[in-house]
Amino acid sequence: MSILVNKDTRLIVQGITGSAGSFHARGCRDYGTQVVGGVTPGKGGSFVDKIPVFNTVKEAQSATGANATMIFVPAAFAAAATLEAADAGIPLIVTITEGIPVLDMARVKSKLASSGWQGRLIGPNGPGLITPGECKIGIMPGYIHKTGHIGVISRSGTLTYEAVWQLTQRGIGQSTVIGIGGDPINGSSFIDLLALFEKDPQTEAVLLIGEIGGRQEDEAADFFKKNMTKPMAAFIAGQTAPPGRRMGHAGAIIEGTSGTASEKMKILERAGIRVAKSPESLGETVSTLLQKKPVR
Amino acid sequence: MKLHEYQAKAVLREAGLPIPAGVPLLSKDDLPDVLKKLPPGPWVVKAQVHTGGRGKAGGILRAQTPKEIESSANALFGKKLVTHQTGPEGILVNKLYIEQAQSVKKELYLACVMDRSRNGPVLVASSEGGMDVEELAQTKPNALHYMAVDPGKGLPPEEACELAQKMGLTGDELAGMAVVMSNVAKVFLEKDASLLEINPLGLTTNGKYVVMDAKMSLDDNALFRHPEAQSFRDPSEENPLDVRAQAAGVNYIALYGTIGCLVNGAGLAMATMDLIKFHGGEPANFLDVGGGANAKQVTEAFKIILSDAKVKGILVNIFGGIMKCDVIAEGIVAAAKDIGMKLPLVVRLEGTNVELGRKILQDSGLKLTAAKDLTEAAEKIVAATR
Repeated sequence: MSILVNKDTRLIVQGITGSAGSFHARGCRDYGTQVVGGVTPGKGGSFVDKIPVFNTVKEAQSATGANATMIFVPAAFAAAATLEAADAGIPLIVTITEGIPVLDMARVKSKLASSGWQGRLIGPNGPGLITPGECKIGIMPGYIHKTGHIGVISRSGTLTYEAVWQLTQRGIGQSTVIGIGGDPINGSSFIDLLALFEKDPQTEAVLLIGEIGGRQEDEAADFFKKNMTKPMAAFIAGQTAPPGRRMGHAGAIIEGTSGTASEKMKILERAGIRVAKSPESLGETVSTLLQKKPVR
Repeated sequence: MKLHEYQAKAVLREAGLPIPAGVPLLSKDDLPDVLKKLPPGPWVVKAQVHTGGRGKAGGILRAQTPKEIESSANALFGKKLVTHQTGPEGILVNKLYIEQAQSVKKELYLACVMDRSRNGPVLVASSEGGMDVEELAQTKPNALHYMAVDPGKGLPPEEACELAQKMGLTGDELAGMAVVMSNVAKVFLEKDASLLEINPLGLTTNGKYVVMDAKMSLDDNALFRHPEAQSFRDPSEENPLDVRAQAAGVNYIALYGTIGCLVNGAGLAMATMDLIKFHGGEPANFLDVGGGANAKQVTEAFKIILSDAKVKGILVNIFGGIMKCDVIAEGIVAAAKDIGMKLPLVVRLEGTNVELGRKILQDSGLKLTAAKDLTEAAEKIVAATR
């Protein structure tokens, strides 16, 4: 087990004929992901490295039986591409594109909520997700991962690689690693995914990598306290970041003091989550978490 | 992108919001012309700078006569305003806005802002405007009222009325406020704003609303569909290094320490600063070269870091994903040679093509220190810059 993706996942790539799309479609296939098709309007009938290209997600879905999509469409069209995938009934949408207007994402969220779509959106502006040894949907380097029992969720890209690498070097494998993306509005939040990790029999503990800004980490702490039996470790990037050069006060009213790293770390610790003080001790923090458990 | 008050007010006026008559004064030389175009007085002369707290810092002066406008303008042009949002270095005034002074019986607060936890915009309203609203949020949170705005449809009249009612308004004052609210939400959505704050929103003795001050920021990611917004850009408000970094496609923020950082990814860049601090050093900057940086960008990033005279050494921390380590290594070598780099340089590479990257660094003949992990990287750069 693992969450969201495994060896049976059938992936299509929207924007597969672009340079990033084709590069990472190959990267995912080389890792072992079943990349069954791609979508680029007007390029239907062609192939990218033997992967068939379709004009629409609906066509691709009915021809290939795809149950996941990875989106590399340019920012101006990424929201429409995301909605198209949901409309075609794809249950897992991973939007990698960065630079999508915030209001576009707000509209996507609100449309998805009212459409009755039962799937899950990961991203945008994140590295994607990977179940080591089975399925990679995203832009992360595959070799740094190792099959195992730690669920990793993060708002960052490269900092997630750092965390995973520290785990792997200590011989600690991962069940599934997910970057939820760095944008103000995400398809899936920390708590959406914590709920899945809690239910997943393969996952024994969770590492959460947060950042300054927003309230997602506070919500995760609250969720952990109320709903989770598995131990959790965390790190918050941006302890030394200067207060944002913010204009006006409305943002501060909405977020209060909860946006700072020290405030987030306090909230996580108070909830019983082991917080790494420095980014060099991510792996070590998780391993002390595991040592506490009885040897099996 | 931040707008000046006079720019925000032009946008709001076009959208039908009640804006006092005013004239921007964009350079001292325009003063004689502007004096001819003045609306009836008295006036307020307002510094146009991208910061809040102007009033308290002496950036807003009242004028009863054109002569007083002239002396206020002379006092404000070239003045450095220090507010709680600028930091001690302050911000230079080089544009003014001269506006008809308003006499109001009440000052209210109204803002529309993107709220992550609601996954969309939210209107924030209070009958207690004018003052420090952040303080209000601390001391009297119940005086602030919220209403989520549907990002597709905007704010329908019934929801606007509900919010105006929560502010304690009734009758015509309530109806007038609801119209202002719906309009504010509409402008926010149409212009792809990330912030639109009206503080104070004045209520005149004859029951009319008037936008006394306005702050507006637009979503940089959405500027492609607002070509008209380019005219709002004010390079004089931007740090020259920020502008240079923007042009190079790297994300740079100057800080106060001595250790320059060059990192890929914002999260890892912040974590690297934390790491340096944890080991007793002080980061000189935040710099994220982005996911697909090339040798030219890396060179430019080095130059930007080195243009800060406080920098005594540089830590490069790259975890290659999309960005391959050999590409970044070539960039480092090219940049170091191009610049004639003399400061200590510690490089930590990991990720895609890391072996190739390390070999390029080794064979380059450059004097640099390789670090195998974060701890070693931090210890070495902190020691080298002591």
